[in-house]
Amino acid sequence: MTKEECKQVVLEIIEEIAPDEDLEGLSHDVRLRDQLDLDSMDFLDIVMELRKKHGIEVPEEDYPKLASLDSCAEYLTPKFNAVKAGA
Amino acid sequence: MGARSLKPHYDAVIIGCGMAGLAAGIRMAMYDRSVLIVESHNAPGGLNSFYALEGRKFDVGLHAVTNYVPPGAKGTPLVKLLRQLRLRREDLDLCPQRGSRIAFPGIDLAFDNGFARLGESVAEAFPAEIDGFRALRAHVAAFDPFDDTAPVVSAREVMGRYLRSPVLTDMLLCPILYYGSARENDIDFDQFVILWRSLFEEGFARPHEGVRVVIRALLKRFREAGGERKMKCGVRRLHTDGARVTAVELEDGLTVTADAVLSTAGARETEALWSATDQPAAPEPGRRLSFVETITVLDAQPADLGAEETIIFFNDSERFHYERPAAAVDPRSGVICFPNNYDYGERRLDEGFFRVTALADYDRWAALSPEAYRAEKDAWYPRLQESALRFVPGLDMDTVRAHTRYIDMFTPCTVKRFTRHIEGAVYGAPRKHRDGTTRFDNLFLAGTDQGFLGITGAMLSGISMANRHVLSRR
Ligand SMILES: Cc1cc2nc3c(=O)[nH]c(=O)nc-3n(C[C@H](O)[C@H](O)[C@H](O)COP(=O)(O)OP(=O)(O)OC[C@H]3O[C@@H](n4cnc5c(N)ncnc54)[C@H](O)[C@@H]3O)c2cc1C
Repeated sequence: MTKEECKQVVLEIIEEIAPDEDLEGLSHDVRLRDQLDLDSMDFLDIVMELRKKHGIEVPEEDYPKLASLDSCAEYLTPKFNAVKAGA
Repeated sequence: MGARSLKPHYDAVIIGCGMAGLAAGIRMAMYDRSVLIVESHNAPGGLNSFYALEGRKFDVGLHAVTNYVPPGAKGTPLVKLLRQLRLRREDLDLCPQRGSRIAFPGIDLAFDNGFARLGESVAEAFPAEIDGFRALRAHVAAFDPFDDTAPVVSAREVMGRYLRSPVLTDMLLCPILYYGSARENDIDFDQFVILWRSLFEEGFARPHEGVRVVIRALLKRFREAGGERKMKCGVRRLHTDGARVTAVELEDGLTVTADAVLSTAGARETEALWSATDQPAAPEPGRRLSFVETITVLDAQPADLGAEETIIFFNDSERFHYERPAAAVDPRSGVICFPNNYDYGERRLDEGFFRVTALADYDRWAALSPEAYRAEKDAWYPRLQESALRFVPGLDMDTVRAHTRYIDMFTPCTVKRFTRHIEGAVYGAPRKHRDGTTRFDNLFLAGTDQGFLGITGAMLSGISMANRHVLSRR
């Protein structure tokens, strides 16, 4: 999986948990919280969806790594690829 | 209904199929936890269920779904709740109110969804207080009511820093206490903030078909997510080993085990399920509060008879007494609701409804023989109607009588019978358990005694306790 594909997966999750948000034109290097109305409950759901749909574990101490789309891609892409390789 | 054969073990068992239990169950089931909701009553909904009498549909409680915000609003409890439960706004069919009022002797404060109208009413009726009122509002806006490590403070004490008029203080407290205080004559400030926002900054709405719309939407989500329900069978006993709940025994004799148990029955009610004695572990401060409600079905729309408002919070005395009355009912203050007076667009309710709620004393009602109980209801019904109608200009007792098709009335005993809450308390015990923990590692509280009240509050309580104690733990 590429970083771009990884961002796409994250966006799909956000779209599902916050369908009332407009995801057009998000800056990839700016904190998601600063561009969208997402709170800690929504971030919990991003983590839960990653686990449920993709088998990816994000320990609580790593939640800050999900701050922006860029940091999500940086952190999650290797995890996606590891899950794929393991499967 | 629901589960045909139970599994021997669940990730979580939830006690109570009210708003809190259903919302918690949806969250857990959504994320693949095996979950069983156990409910003693045959109908879901708990304190806000629905029933039918002689072919007519009634809501147990619903005056208003609070926290209404128009589509597109961000970050409010309603929006969070919809997101967390993956519901669409349309699923709840929320129709906004037409306008409400706080009515005290000689002074009225009209309010509406969104804050503007209340601000204008206060400026008009209490010009000397308007700066203090604005400062209080700013304090409420800046306050974080979800920090459950902060000390509990009295709302009256905080209000006293901003307002000099005891009448204005009482008027603002009247809707807030009626819609969510478990304490006599006051409320914890964090709860005050939650309710201020939900009633005054946000507002009231109602689904055209009433609370069953909300319950149906929740049941559907729960079922789709794979949750199981066992209805008409209470939890009889929680077995423990001193540190954990080891088994959940049901009233039909079946026993299941669970990694976590979430109870929405109330703190003391839950304690009674594991405790060997009937004595509470710790004495309880304060008395529990309950209400009576009269429901009058009319053969006309209330607006056509002269009553155009949605909800009226009234008080006829110099001070507002939100306390357990010395008589069976305290008719001096109360809440009037005309469920017809929401903006349903092209739709309307087929019949007119006129509901009045007032404080009541559980002990007096509970002590009556069946005949005396009926007689007491017959006596209080007209008294409460008459008291309330003093605050509805345009509608009088003779008109109501002439148009009445059907009446019903419930008392604290009714609440007790259908929800098992001690003394029929609608908002639980005065002391709340905000973090939801108990003395057992795997037993948690949600709903009424956790501290988020009302329909929206109870659902948010279920969601946050499920997130915190079940989903965040591996
Ligand atoms: C008359 C009235 C009017 C109201 N009006 C409004 C309103 O207009 N707007 C609003 O927002 N709120 C209103 N409320 C308040 C609102 O209904 C409640 O705050 C909310 O429904 C509480 O939900 P809950 O899930 O926390 O508790 P509950 O609804 O009490 O749920 C607890 C459930 O647990 C079950 N239970 C108890 N013991 C056991 C056991 N041992 N085993 C199995 N099950 C058990 C009970 O039967 C019950 O179904 C009203 C309440 C009443 C009574």
